[in-house]
Amino acid sequence: MASKVFQSMVRASHQSLGRCYGSSANRIVTLIPGDGIGPEISASVQKIFAAAQVPIEWEVVDVTPVRGPDGRMGIPQAAIDSVNRNKIGLKGPLMTPIGKGHRSLNLAIRKEFELYANVRPCRSLEGYPTLYRNVDVVTIRENTEGEYSGIEHEIVDGVVQSIKLITRAASKRVAEFAFKYAEDNGRSRVTAVHKANIMRMSDGLFLQNCREAAEKYPDIKFDEKYLDTVCLNMVQDPSQFDVLVMPNLYGDILSDLCAGLVGGLGLTASGNVGEGGAVFESVHGTAPDIAGMDKANPTALLLSAVMMLRYMDLYDHAARIEKACFDTIKEPENRTGDLGGSAKCSTFTDAICKKIEET
Amino acid sequence: MAAIGRPLAGALGRLTTQCIVQRSLHNASAAPFSTHGLPASKPEQRLTATLIPGDGVGPELCHVVMDVFKAAGIPVDFEQLYISEIDPHRSEPLETVVESIKRNGICLKGILASPEYNADGEAKTLNMKLRDELDLYANVVHVKSLPGLKCNHVRHKNVDMIVIREQTEGEYSALEHESVKGVVECLKITTREKCNRIAKFAFDYALKHGRKKVTAVHKANIMKLGDGLFLKSCADVAAMYPDIEFNNMIIDNCAMQLVSNPHQFDVMVLPNLYGNIVDNLAAGLVGGAGVVAGSSYSSHCVVFEQGARHTFAEGMGKNVANPTAMLLCSANMLKHAGLDQYSAIIKGAVDKVIKAGKVKTRDIGGYSKTSEFERAIIENLHSG
Repeated sequence: MASKVFQSMVRASHQSLGRCYGSSANRIVTLIPGDGIGPEISASVQKIFAAAQVPIEWEVVDVTPVRGPDGRMGIPQAAIDSVNRNKIGLKGPLMTPIGKGHRSLNLAIRKEFELYANVRPCRSLEGYPTLYRNVDVVTIRENTEGEYSGIEHEIVDGVVQSIKLITRAASKRVAEFAFKYAEDNGRSRVTAVHKANIMRMSDGLFLQNCREAAEKYPDIKFDEKYLDTVCLNMVQDPSQFDVLVMPNLYGDILSDLCAGLVGGLGLTASGNVGEGGAVFESVHGTAPDIAGMDKANPTALLLSAVMMLRYMDLYDHAARIEKACFDTIKEPENRTGDLGGSAKCSTFTDAICKKIEET
Repeated sequence: MAAIGRPLAGALGRLTTQCIVQRSLHNASAAPFSTHGLPASKPEQRLTATLIPGDGVGPELCHVVMDVFKAAGIPVDFEQLYISEIDPHRSEPLETVVESIKRNGICLKGILASPEYNADGEAKTLNMKLRDELDLYANVVHVKSLPGLKCNHVRHKNVDMIVIREQTEGEYSALEHESVKGVVECLKITTREKCNRIAKFAFDYALKHGRKKVTAVHKANIMKLGDGLFLKSCADVAAMYPDIEFNNMIIDNCAMQLVSNPHQFDVMVLPNLYGNIVDNLAAGLVGGAGVVAGSSYSSHCVVFEQGARHTFAEGMGKNVANPTAMLLCSANMLKHAGLDQYSAIIKGAVDKVIKAGKVKTRDIGGYSKTSEFERAIIENLHSG
């Protein structure tokens, strides 16, 4: 712990904190390819980034659990050090082994790097119509507390208390992040999603912090809606929503719901932003059934990487890659199996690279 | 037939909010209908149902039901009791309402608003109190696409699922406290007794209604003890019903599956909050809060209310609300009370009006008024 603090002090001294990165040297990004289809789609993203000449370098790390000094299985220290050093990571899908003794690695990474906000932009893909058109929603989910505090106990046999923990500090942090995100990304409205009519104190506290954050951003419109109302309206007319900010569980549910509107997790980008860094990831599974068969769709990881570029202020590269990706999906012959096509992961990747090189 | 509609539409304007109003709905004007295939010869036993008008557009919708009942000559008297959390001064005491529902066994209810702040600083909402007092533990919402309903918001066809929600514990326990300034704990209570009870209810319901599959929805991967208990109870009960398929789904995946492939669901059983979410999400798939009926069961009484609970306060007094859900609730109530034929008449009229697609309120893509919809229903009561 002490060494980590020291490390960060040293870093702070020769690198300005926040998002002002030097332009001369290439930035280093930690890449966690993940399990199953992870390596293939990570390779795809690396290839596309090379084609677009993105000024970053990858530091590939392995997060296969190892037994730590305390006897528990956990992430190797080298991986933690890498993300701590680079402050930015891209992560493929990870398998959570079933059985005892394993902490979910996803959870461990989230905890380790204090990634408090999960951001998921969901946008209808042009040329790949689903039942819902004109979806352009960003869900921002508080990711450290709430219903997922992990505090539960059985008081007497057959009676369980699960504690939902809401704190001012965490609520304020995510609320302010949501408004900042809206401002940075040219969004006009933030909606706080809550159940303060039922959980009057806890969700009330969350809501109160959203209201206070809203006052600091007078140019961004703010409204508050009940979770059930949002669910009902979302499936009827998703175009009425812009940026949504909410506690952990609601965010979990709504972000997947929104992903369902635009075609599933295979097309959804996701980013986890923390105090000192950020990890961008694809949130779909490891798809072991098609792993290594060159059938996977790298779109989710690629769009997550595009989000990462925007986070790193590399807006031009982000726009080029994103456009090439969308244009490629528009062409039926380039679609992978999950989108009803028969293209391979490699041909899809090559098609994107070709478009990037043409522009 | 239309001639009867007009004076009734006029009657809509009257908003009866007296304490207890016994409305005799069986009168001379309804007599001519008894020749239209109704059991006119049968000595009619009149039933009494409690009526809670509710907030927002609730009173208007209840009036539609009362007018339609009158026109159809349905032998039901309503004992109307006003209760509201946002207007507590005009409310009947909760005990009076509870006593009435217990006595009558059936209740038709508009939606009661739950404001974020209670004047008395109470954590429990009026809805929670009512459910607790009556032990209305099981909420059932039959989410079914209405044949012929065409509107931009309805993208999925042939949806037919039953959402069964536990509604007396879980996140709605109203147990919250601020441990230190800025740190709030909110307790979610899960008990084996109530999990078993709702699971049993769900499987019995599936069996009785010829359903094939029950899906338990949970988040047991995160809330290992709480939702774990719920899931285990469901699995235990499932073992006693070998003819009904049982599976489980995590709530976030469930939300995604509902919007992409709702047809995979048959009967769903859920803890309180997830039930609230899925009720609303699923209602949205088939046309919204205005068209989906629901009911809440205890072992002694049933309260019939809309499946997605929204007061639609912004539409209050504007004559724009959709009475479909409330009419279907009333039809379900009649069926529950054994008045199957009357139930079928109301249901048939609603189906006909929706299918014809000529009279549509705003929420389903039309411009018709509530009163016009009511008239159309009354005109279709005996046309089949």
